[in-house]
Amino acid sequence: MRRAITVRVVGPLQWIVYPALSAIAVTVLLAIPFRLFGLNLPEPVFPIVLAFAWPLIRPSMLAPAVLFGLGLFLDLFWGGALGLWPLSLLAVYGAILLASNFLAGQATIVLFALYVASTGFAFFLAYMITTLSLGNAPSILAVLGQVVPTLLLFPLADWLIQRFDDADVRFR
Amino acid sequence: MAFRDGPFENIKVPLAWTAAVVVVVGIVGAAMLLLGDSRGSQGEGYAPARAGFETGAAPVGGVLSAPVRWTGNAVDYVKGYFFAVSENRRLRAEIVELNAWRDEALALKNINGRYEQMLGVKTEPPIPMVTGLAITDARGPFARSRLLNIGAAKGARVGNPVLSEHGLVGRIMGVSAGNSRMLLLTDVASRTPVLVERTDARAMLTGDGSGSPRLDYVRGQGAVQEGDRIMTSGDGGGFPRGLPIGVAAKGVDGTWRVKLFSDRTAIDYVRVLLFQDFSQLADQNALNAPPLASLAAAPPPTPAQAAAIQDVATRRAAAAAATAERVRAANAVPPPAPVPAPVATATAPARTQATGTSRPAAARPTTAQPRPAAPPPAAATADAEPAPAGAVE
Repeated sequence: MRRAITVRVVGPLQWIVYPALSAIAVTVLLAIPFRLFGLNLPEPVFPIVLAFAWPLIRPSMLAPAVLFGLGLFLDLFWGGALGLWPLSLLAVYGAILLASNFLAGQATIVLFALYVASTGFAFFLAYMITTLSLGNAPSILAVLGQVVPTLLLFPLADWLIQRFDDADVRFR
Repeated sequence: MAFRDGPFENIKVPLAWTAAVVVVVGIVGAAMLLLGDSRGSQGEGYAPARAGFETGAAPVGGVLSAPVRWTGNAVDYVKGYFFAVSENRRLRAEIVELNAWRDEALALKNINGRYEQMLGVKTEPPIPMVTGLAITDARGPFARSRLLNIGAAKGARVGNPVLSEHGLVGRIMGVSAGNSRMLLLTDVASRTPVLVERTDARAMLTGDGSGSPRLDYVRGQGAVQEGDRIMTSGDGGGFPRGLPIGVAAKGVDGTWRVKLFSDRTAIDYVRVLLFQDFSQLADQNALNAPPLASLAAAPPPTPAQAAAIQDVATRRAAAAAATAERVRAANAVPPPAPVPAPVATATAPARTQATGTSRPAAARPTTAQPRPAAPPPAAATADAEPAPAGAVE
């Protein structure tokens, strides 16, 4: 007698849409004007995690489009220059996509180094665009105040990659 | 014929290539958006899109921030209950200190009112304001702004200054019907003309995404010192003069920075000053009234005043007629005949060549003119001004 086997399909809804919605929700939650002992809530750029993890999981046409939307959301929600974060996020996604063949299956420490480089690249782009468009450079300390919480999100990116990377050679 | 049955049936584009195409298209689109944005200026930019987004985001932020506000109020209530005695002592001491300040302020207000009356100073009229709540908070290095639950329906407009209970916080940069976006003083796009209270020196307060904005364009030696109070200067008309901002302090990078008064506590309740520019401070009806319109309401002159006015008018008319007659007579006299220059004609060309100019010799009439005789010494000394002491003759 043949037993019924339940096959779980991992589609774009699982690895693109749900993480994107989660990133939006957490961003909105951390934007509450809450202050405790003189300290505000951290404000990391959650979509950088997705821009790093998605091209390592598998290439997709939907992922960069969703990243563009996430960047627009950040600009509108934070009141920044429109187009700043879409450009930075897609630049990270494109760079990782180009190098994905060399990065697949690397150790976690290598991925962390790559994540640091990707985050630095995204913030460098945002810094340069802001400086050129406004004629006023943001404070380096303030930039570090957002870079460090974003770097601390690496376990999330690593978990996403481990969870959804199916090692399917068709996508290599 | 379906596409899959055509000649492209066996063509398979790698998924990575299609993803790369989407990335390139997205980057181009983002660059176009950036070029079309006008954040930091007073232009429209994407104002309708931003207003539409904020109309949807504001209720979500309001719902999420409400529990935080309730919790804060509850904590304050409990703290007030437990620390009532120490708070009472502190307040008593503060009242004693403030009583002296109140007496001094009343005396100064009295003197100031007299000075204003004597000098005819036009003071600024009171500016209406509306109170609201901050719903969301952006604290990043590239954008520092807050969403407020005050919109155009309550009179808020782009450019209005925003205050907390401690001092200036920022200004309105976008408005929808029920909400508005406030650009903080610390935002990298923020520029605020300020003055140093002690020296009246002007500077520009420039945000850079950090907690303490920078003081730029400070002129003069000793114009700013540690602890100087900084307030709005009102230059440019964007802000009214005298709004408190903070105190000056040296930054770790050696620049002058301002520790904001508004940074003392969380910015939750804010007041939006419905201030536009200097034109708001003047009475528009008075400015638009026709010239000398008040003369129509003046009482008619008495017979004596009318006679005096008529006499003055007659005298002025007679004096003007006499002056015109003298001018006419002076113009009627023929001009004197030119005196020939017999001696200098031979030397003039040589001098012209020597100097190398092309000016004709006839244009130099003084070379052969006999000088007038010197006046007698007595007349000269009578008309001459007294020479200053030490002058060399």
